[in-house]
Amino acid sequence: MATADAADFLDALTRCLGVDRVLTGAAPMAAYESDALTAFRARPRAVVLVDSAEEVVDVVRLCAAADVPFLARGSGTSLSGGSLPVHDGVVIAMNRLNRILEVDPVRRTAVVEPGVVNLAVSDAAVPYGLYYSPDPSSQSVCTIGGNLAFNSGGAHCLKYGMTSNHVLGLEVVLPDGEVIEIGGDSLEGVGPDLVGLFVGSEGLFGIATKITLRLLPKPETYFTLLAAYDSLAAAGEAVAAVVASGLLPGAMEIMDNLAIEAAEAAVGAGYPLDAEGLLIVELEGEKQQVAAESELLLDVVRKSNPYLEHIASDPDDRMRIWKGRKSAFSAVGRLSPDYIVQDGVVPRSRLGEALTKIQDLGEEHGIRVANVFHAGDGNLHPLILFDGRVEGELERAEELAGEILRLCIDLGGSITGEHGVGMEKRQYLGEMFGEADLDAMRRIRLAIDPGELANRGKMFPDAEAPALLSHAPHPLEAAGVISRE
Amino acid sequence: MTGAPSRPGSAAEVAEAVRGAELVLPRGGGTKPALWSAEGAEVLDVSALSGITEYLPSEYTVTALAGTPLAEVEARLAAEGQYLPFDPLLVAAGSTVGGAVAAGANGPGRLRYGGLRDFLLAVTFIDGRGEIVRGGAKVVKNAAGFDLPKLMVGSLGRLGVLTECTFKVFPHPESCATLRVPGMAVDEAIEAAGRVGAGAVEIECLDLVHGLAGWDLEIRIGGRSFALDARLKRAADLLDTDVTTLSGDADASLWRTRREFGWASPDASVLKLPLTPATAGALEQVLADLDASHVGRVYSAGVQQAFVAWPAERVADLPALDLALTEAKLTALALRAPADAAPRPILGYRTGGELLRRVEQALDPAGRFGRLSSPSAALPSRP
Repeated sequence: MATADAADFLDALTRCLGVDRVLTGAAPMAAYESDALTAFRARPRAVVLVDSAEEVVDVVRLCAAADVPFLARGSGTSLSGGSLPVHDGVVIAMNRLNRILEVDPVRRTAVVEPGVVNLAVSDAAVPYGLYYSPDPSSQSVCTIGGNLAFNSGGAHCLKYGMTSNHVLGLEVVLPDGEVIEIGGDSLEGVGPDLVGLFVGSEGLFGIATKITLRLLPKPETYFTLLAAYDSLAAAGEAVAAVVASGLLPGAMEIMDNLAIEAAEAAVGAGYPLDAEGLLIVELEGEKQQVAAESELLLDVVRKSNPYLEHIASDPDDRMRIWKGRKSAFSAVGRLSPDYIVQDGVVPRSRLGEALTKIQDLGEEHGIRVANVFHAGDGNLHPLILFDGRVEGELERAEELAGEILRLCIDLGGSITGEHGVGMEKRQYLGEMFGEADLDAMRRIRLAIDPGELANRGKMFPDAEAPALLSHAPHPLEAAGVISRE
Repeated sequence: MTGAPSRPGSAAEVAEAVRGAELVLPRGGGTKPALWSAEGAEVLDVSALSGITEYLPSEYTVTALAGTPLAEVEARLAAEGQYLPFDPLLVAAGSTVGGAVAAGANGPGRLRYGGLRDFLLAVTFIDGRGEIVRGGAKVVKNAAGFDLPKLMVGSLGRLGVLTECTFKVFPHPESCATLRVPGMAVDEAIEAAGRVGAGAVEIECLDLVHGLAGWDLEIRIGGRSFALDARLKRAADLLDTDVTTLSGDADASLWRTRREFGWASPDASVLKLPLTPATAGALEQVLADLDASHVGRVYSAGVQQAFVAWPAERVADLPALDLALTEAKLTALALRAPADAAPRPILGYRTGGELLRRVEQALDPAGRFGRLSSPSAALPSRP
């Protein structure tokens, strides 16, 4: 864009939103240059703070008319670099669109704006005995709009599904500024599931401005069991035994010794420090049913020979157990100056094999790996610990991360369970899917957004954008346009 | 329909058939004629693409070719104590895996854990260019790439011909029983349904069945046998009226008949309508306005969907129903209807046409499957 056109474009944004809500220049935009994948930064042309859905439409239309790429951003918690700005594009900050428009206890739905924080939805539903099920670890800060774009998960996905299973209807601004409605209030639909297609599209199909979420009745009671094992494999076998018993726990989580140690140091959850594998299993539901199921669960878990078991004694004890688990990422981060979180999925029966191989790979590369994972759905979260100041460590860590993703593909799984492809895993999407599969996805993207303006450069392997895993400095990096922290 | 249906035996043969066709719609078990029939369209019989290709009980996943009868899948799962929680329809009638996904319709049991969209993990389909496309992954959690499996749910064969599907499955409840309250007024039944639904007792199915003596409320509860009686009593207490309890075969056959539409006249067109407890009144009004308050219908899955049996003798009034539904912002799918009964597969109010048009352009540029997005098309037609 010529300088004069660029100035006109900024003038148009300013006329639309006022000078206070169009940020330009290094200092005001600094906080928007990166997300939770901190290895990369990119400088946008402008950050705009929108107050309404109408303003989102106005901004998108201005971008479309001027051929300027844009992306929506909530709290910037994406671990895959999904909300990394597009260089010289516009960041549309959605945080002010944070109204819960309606909670309907009869329909059991909430209608929210995209900047609403995940946990705020459940908080608003409390008076009606309802809650919003998807619970990513960042749920106290991450927004529903971001959850929607990346189909966020959490600890309860085997039984209750991911974000896409809890979104019923949407108002969407397509990348050319056209506004459409898809889905509705009902759990049922007719015709192709367009809401299902939109959720998890990583911002490539436009911006959701109004979201109808499904709420669930809050379980009457919980039964939370902690079991400690002297090997990670034994903990994994216990999960297999629970599944084989016909039980359907709301959550099954495993942490390895390094993760236990870190979580314990951070929040004092009361985890046994000498355990090699710690299993958390939680049943939830109505009292009589949970009472009947808990007997079976205890029986099954005891047969797996844990050296220690602990049943949450009250709601506080339960919260403490979960706090340790949910803080594990940041806690492990304290063990090391830098870390990469991976998010691959393997078939549950191959968890043991995957974990052993990950340990071997870590040793081969001389890199420590902590493991925290959603055992119920096979979603691994290896935390690869490194020191970016030591020459070559970042590259070795990235290489290891890549090998772990390939391992997940080889075992018949996925490169991402809940973080999305984003910037981080683009080059692996083409290893998971074939050329015809990617071509179909590309065609859908281009039919919806011919100019590739919406979140340009994300998800597709060949997309033009700075590559995180390029080992030599990227040309844009050398030019000072993007930088690693 | 032109000529005899072709019957490919592999995904590659389906692809070849699609590439050679001008206008084509897939058919599995043939249980939903209105969805695979269109003037001038060839029928692609995919029933030869049959068989369970992978079943791993410990993974809670099953993969089957699209022409596999659902009855076969259910029998295989039952042997391992598992089931398809979306509760497929028309299973005994011969409905297939691909037909269920393409129709995107679920039975009363979808109330407990979700519908097809919540249980379909991966698909392989032939798009309108004749390319073999895969989407999703055969694991219970996945966020990689666009969610093509969900796009195929309800696609009615208009975005691609399914050749293989992978589902998440769950352990079947150890035992089930049903509470029945007969002869309620519709408002009273919806209110009672809401009261029980909002209570702590977890419910497998909750249907309101219209009959000559008013509405019967039927509530199915399932789980560990040991706790079942206490839970039934708890739910019955919430109803605060006389209830009958059905268990064993009586319970099983009630819900089997329900999803086979055994309650509807065989020549009636069974329509499916997404609903909420708040919009059921609007549907009642539409039916009353068309002098059709007597037609058989079920408000199913906690009043999240209606099945309406539109009588054969009133086929001529379907266009009027179409119009009335549009005005009431209600949508209907001609789920089990004769080929010539419905003016088009989807009646009433539509949303998302512009997005669908773009997706159709991407997956089927030549319009080989017709254009579902075209709101005026009486039948799927070439662009």
